Amino acid sequence: MSAGDTERPVAATSGLPPGSIEEARALIADIPDPEIPVLTLEDLGILRGVHEEAGHLVVSLTPTYTGCPATEAIRDEVERTLAQAGHVGAQVRLTLSPPWSTDWISARGRRRLTDYGIAPPACAAGDLPGQGEHPGSAQVIRFMPRAASLSGVEATITCPRCASPHTEQLSAHSSTPCKALYRCLTCREPFDYFKPY
Amino acid sequence: MSAATQLSNTAVLDTQQTRAHQAVVLRLADSCLILAHRLSQWCGHGPMLEEDIALTNVSLDLLGQARLLLSHAGRIEGRFDDGKEGRGRSEDELAYFRNEGEFLNWTMTELPNGTGPHEDYGLTIARNAMVAALMIPLWEALASSTDPELAAIAAKSVKEARAHWRHAGEWLVRLGDGTELSHARAQAALDRLWPYANEWWQTDRLEQQAADAGIAPVLASLRPQWNERMHALLQEATLKEPRATGFISTGKLGEHSEHLGFLLAEMQSLARSHPGAQW
Repeated sequence: MSAGDTERPVAATSGLPPGSIEEARALIADIPDPEIPVLTLEDLGILRGVHEEAGHLVVSLTPTYTGCPATEAIRDEVERTLAQAGHVGAQVRLTLSPPWSTDWISARGRRRLTDYGIAPPACAAGDLPGQGEHPGSAQVIRFMPRAASLSGVEATITCPRCASPHTEQLSAHSSTPCKALYRCLTCREPFDYFKPY
Repeated sequence: MSAATQLSNTAVLDTQQTRAHQAVVLRLADSCLILAHRLSQWCGHGPMLEEDIALTNVSLDLLGQARLLLSHAGRIEGRFDDGKEGRGRSEDELAYFRNEGEFLNWTMTELPNGTGPHEDYGLTIARNAMVAALMIPLWEALASSTDPELAAIAAKSVKEARAHWRHAGEWLVRLGDGTELSHARAQAALDRLWPYANEWWQTDRLEQQAADAGIAPVLASLRPQWNERMHALLQEATLKEPRATGFISTGKLGEHSEHLGFLLAEMQSLARSHPGAQW
């Protein structure tokens, strides 16, 4: 697509000025997530790479959830940021594989989430207690409790406000599709939990 | 057989395979899209706020999967003429400008959210559980498809299908092993939906061709895994497995129940009233 672009005939043959890939990468890395603005694209782990193709910048992003409405907002923001910095004809490519996981959220991102009042996700890789897919592997809140069939234990989710491990899930679905609603049993405050994915 | 005949036979075979390829992708795409729309109809009508949000979240996941699959089906369509990537229909053209007979979703996904004038949460939950029990092994198998794009979509989607299974499964246990009334309604929902699973186990030529090319498994091959999942869940939920029937629905062949037309009229009205509208 960019090879036939007539807007920058010079760049198409001579490549980009030295350092512009690094500079563009740094710009994009700092773009905040539209849904959780304390996280940057770098913190989220969705910036897969920036490279040059026929004199134009190509940015690879990994979408988070298939239905996440923020994906398109992020793509537009990256294109706008690059255009403002003078990178005409920069392209954003969505790369599905390998699939994004909450395990890719950086250590800094996890700290920022906690400071913001959102409990960061537990590890998504492997089978943690309470993350089994079968309903029998976790505690089902029933109309009539039936102690004998309650086999699993939930992973410990720590309260982002008071750091207490005594918390309980109120709803698996919360303010956005990626979060669950929890309550701290120590400080009694409700909080969002970023679900492992 | 002359070299020329051989060559044209190969071309015919390729075209057939491309059509089979597109058909299996569309069946999956349409099933995700139509179920997403059905679940979106719960928005503002959920039995409680948390469930209202949960169902729209599941709907959003399915819509995201449908969009990726529809775009992919459009790109495959572009290869029909010359075998090269070309312009097929866009995701929006496929979703909003096809008629009833061109939709290839499984009939189960188009059934209304209840019987009669009222929505029935038990029916929605039972359907979500039955569909998710198929989608998990299906996405797992598709993750090693010979079609790399389909494999990438599958590797993402399987995570979402597991969450849907967990949500629907927990509720089916809660309803089945709940009160007398919730048990009776969950059982009635299962009895109503069970015959529609038969459609999955009917293999036609297109499905077989796609399977031979390593694109997608025939759904019948996933039946043991589906049975095992549903059996364990129904036991936990103290529900009885409905008796097998000979009823076979034909949504994936483009022959639908009377419900799809009404659903499409609602889903497509905006796009058809304002073609090309953007926001």
